[in-house]
Amino acid sequence: MLTEKDIFNALAERHGLENQKKFANSCVGIAGLGGLGSNIAVYLARLGIGKLILTDFDNVDITNINRQNYILSDIGKPKTKALYDHLMQINPYLNYELHKLKVTSENAVSLFSDCDVVCEAFDKPDQKAMLIQTLLPQNIKIVSGNGMAGINSANLIKTTNPIKNLYICGDNQSDISDGLGLMSPRVAVCAAHQATMTMRLLLNENNI
Amino acid sequence: MKIKVNGEFLTDFSGSIGELLKSKNLSANRVAVEYNGQIISRENFNSTFLNDGDTLEIVHFVGGG
Repeated sequence: MLTEKDIFNALAERHGLENQKKFANSCVGIAGLGGLGSNIAVYLARLGIGKLILTDFDNVDITNINRQNYILSDIGKPKTKALYDHLMQINPYLNYELHKLKVTSENAVSLFSDCDVVCEAFDKPDQKAMLIQTLLPQNIKIVSGNGMAGINSANLIKTTNPIKNLYICGDNQSDISDGLGLMSPRVAVCAAHQATMTMRLLLNENNI
Repeated sequence: MKIKVNGEFLTDFSGSIGELLKSKNLSANRVAVEYNGQIISRENFNSTFLNDGDTLEIVHFVGGG
């Protein structure tokens, strides 16, 4: 049985001890555990982020398997629980706080007020806007996904910082309402941008 | 009147933030707007009238995640 120290030391060997200490003392919220959020959660668990607040109201559906970090036996389970089971196989010593609920303008601040960074990973644009409008006035840093549908080049997906404390990852254009599909690799590129910017912010690298 | 929207100057507009969004075909519930360095809530879009020298950053969200 691997101990907490075994895993911390292995992570510190790869990431550097000072970085690992910062990761271990950090808290990140993930709003939505779909194609973006489930992948972001895996990246952040592999980094050893000390506390992850994971929120999603939905259960795993067969149409999620194409791009989300779930497997066939997860179908029907709450996304929070299914993802938790996977994350526990990556690092059982992190603090995972699960909330199976819909994030609203009423509950968002209390859910995420302890977070150093919140990753916005919803699929609906009005929900994205709602979360940002609610959290930005609280001076919470947000890394948001915006535009990753379709089959255009991965190189169009980039990280920008248009508004103070708001980092946007995506091509800012491709919209599922235009009939574009969501494909695993391109969604993962966007999720990796979000996880990378989150990692940088936790290490006080605030530039994109 | 000259206002700056997403880094570009706009000289031929007068009205509220809500009207500016409408003129750009942007839906008010799909945007985040920073107005002179402050995030502005959607409830205030229609009552906030733009003045000479104002600066706005508008982020428009698309679906998918």
